[in-house]
Amino acid sequence: MTDAAIPMMSGQESRPEARRTPAQDAPLRLAIPGMNCGGCVASIEAAVRALPGVADAKANLTRKTLTAEWTGGDLGEAAVIAALADVGFDAFPMDAVDPDDDAERRDLVMRMAVAGFASANVMLLSVSVWSGAEAATRDLLHWISAMIAVPAAAFAGRPFFASALNGLRAGRLNMDAPISVAVILAVGVSIAEVWQGGEDAYFDAAVMLLFLLLIGRWLDRTMRDRARSAAQALGRMVPSGAWVLGTDGAREYRDIADIRPGDAVQLSAGDRLPADGIVRAGKGTVDAALVTGESHPVIVSPGSRLDAGILSLDAGLTVEATRTGEDTSLAEIMRLCAAAEDRKSRLTRLADQAARIYAPAVHLIALVTFIGWLAVGASARDALLVAVAVLIVTCPCALGLAVPMAQAVASGTLFRRGILLKDGAALERLAKVDRVVFDKTGVLTGGALSITNVEALDNAALRRAMSLALHSTHPLAKAIADLGQARALEGFTASDIVETAGEGLAGAIAGKQARLGSAAWCGVPDTGVQTGLACWYVEEDGLRAEFRFEDSLRVDAGAVVRGMTEAGLRPSLLSGDRSDAVTRVGSSLGMAEIAGALRPEDKIARVEAWQASGESVLMVGDGINDAPALSAATVSMAPSSGSDIGRTASDLVFTGERLGAVTEAWHLARRTRRVILQNFALAAGYNAIAIPIAALGYAGPLVAAIAMSSSSLLVTLNALRLNGGAS
Amino acid sequence: MTNLLLLIPAALFLGLLGLAAFLWSLRSNQYDDLDGEAERILHEEPL
Repeated sequence: MTDAAIPMMSGQESRPEARRTPAQDAPLRLAIPGMNCGGCVASIEAAVRALPGVADAKANLTRKTLTAEWTGGDLGEAAVIAALADVGFDAFPMDAVDPDDDAERRDLVMRMAVAGFASANVMLLSVSVWSGAEAATRDLLHWISAMIAVPAAAFAGRPFFASALNGLRAGRLNMDAPISVAVILAVGVSIAEVWQGGEDAYFDAAVMLLFLLLIGRWLDRTMRDRARSAAQALGRMVPSGAWVLGTDGAREYRDIADIRPGDAVQLSAGDRLPADGIVRAGKGTVDAALVTGESHPVIVSPGSRLDAGILSLDAGLTVEATRTGEDTSLAEIMRLCAAAEDRKSRLTRLADQAARIYAPAVHLIALVTFIGWLAVGASARDALLVAVAVLIVTCPCALGLAVPMAQAVASGTLFRRGILLKDGAALERLAKVDRVVFDKTGVLTGGALSITNVEALDNAALRRAMSLALHSTHPLAKAIADLGQARALEGFTASDIVETAGEGLAGAIAGKQARLGSAAWCGVPDTGVQTGLACWYVEEDGLRAEFRFEDSLRVDAGAVVRGMTEAGLRPSLLSGDRSDAVTRVGSSLGMAEIAGALRPEDKIARVEAWQASGESVLMVGDGINDAPALSAATVSMAPSSGSDIGRTASDLVFTGERLGAVTEAWHLARRTRRVILQNFALAAGYNAIAIPIAALGYAGPLVAAIAMSSSSLLVTLNALRLNGGAS
Repeated sequence: MTNLLLLIPAALFLGLLGLAAFLWSLRSNQYDDLDGEAERILHEEPL
């Protein structure tokens, strides 16, 4: 029943290079993570409806999305996003919903409703039969049951019949095969029974079986949908367009698909580059953390080559696009991801493993029962009835619910702790991990810089430097401002502030000329500290202060790595950053293996080498350069702050600042696996008791109905233990 | 026996009515935004 009839979602949504046009026919979908009250809904809808060209706008508070219908005109998605920013909401474009997807979910609920209605009503009639209806009354009740159960089973059972057929065509027996056989035989034999005025009919069992199994399937589905829409709502890293400077000097906002090699793209602070390119004019700093794993801001000047996805930290860079669309380094990474995904051997899912043993065993036992009864002289009709009782009593529904119930409950628990699970099967793979591979930048480190020479800084100098730093969004300036605020300092008034990209700030602090920036900018002799790791504050009367930086580890990184080593996992570090920085971080954390300066191809190669030696690898990474390794790893996890491609390639996404989410997910995965195995054991133990009783002919429809519901209930209750609780 | 002839159809009819009502509400998107509808009712629609 957990057969992969529903296509796996990983790697199929949010292709960043997908073309997004402000089409007049396709409705616009935006994710608005900040929408969380009724008032927000009202103001968001009002703001968008007021735009010319928007026919209707409907916000969905549950999914935190907005759908807008166009009337025509050339209003683009950028205008809608701008209008939402005016009322205070960040919005991100989302992929259009797949209409089939929505229809499929609705279809499942419809079948579930019909099966529920039928099982309630047929059960009511069956209870009357069991409590002693005789002769004509019994026949009447049976006939009414048949009239409800036959169409209901045909309608509600279709997903199972279809999946069982698909499985048979592919030459394997999945869990849906015994389900289909049990339902069809139960209904068929019951009709034959009723026709002859017999007393045993299994209509109630057939529809109840379907109802319970549809609940399991629906849970599975809901879990995936919820994680998917939440993952999409995290926003995307690759811009949908950029400002392009025309030859005539006019600026034009162009869709990413319309940017051609040779176009001059203008970047403002906070913009991401939509294509590979070469800097033509301007000087500035860029953040390549998500692209290469480089942790420090890089200074670029005319002639520097930049990869798509790089974040500009200053205004005023003009970049000539050299490679666009399918040719960019980003598209190359996507191809590496797809190739790694293809090479990855699919682990057999627990449910399928169980079905492989279970399905033939059940059919064999039923067949043996049938032949056995014939052999001891029973009529064909009696032998068949007993065989059907065996089929129903063996009840694949406890088995069918064993996996999705546990995974759905675990996924809900993870969700409440800020971890999104995209596919329940990922939990099975996570439970067997023996090596955890971390990326450095953005995973072990929080991305923010911190000042290392804190003791050497006195408050007077810090307060003056902070006054200047408050006027910049540069990461180094932010780190200085943060330290000042942490010491509860208040800035002086600053005036005449000038920011020179790639150099620093200049201005007047409380009447004195001051500069904050690189050693050269401040006119201080270079102390040999690497660019991007130090800056100076100088004033005209000779006051000087040096600030040194390093990227700060996530607060719980040390504890997490230690905990993993103690639990017998092998934590390792693979990073694209410079080797010395990687080694420093890795050895301070006590990593088993450390490697730096790796390209995306090298990361895949290492991950696959470990897998080839029989290890299951959990990859935790965020960057574009990690994406191929994330796809290749047995199971993967990305922080929500990571790149779009990294999140898409991962099975789990965690939000928040704590790296402990990784350990938490691992512990819960292990508990889930335990619960699933217990559920299988419960189902098997129950079968060990029920099969002999049924095979000897003592199980009538009443016993079958009680057995089926009680075993399903038991499995469900066991799965609910995964709800909450400490790890 | 005769009361059964009356009561069973009545019970089934009511059950079907409930099923039909559920399917109708499902088809008209009433379960798409459960949180949103709960909030919307508190806000006055400018008509």
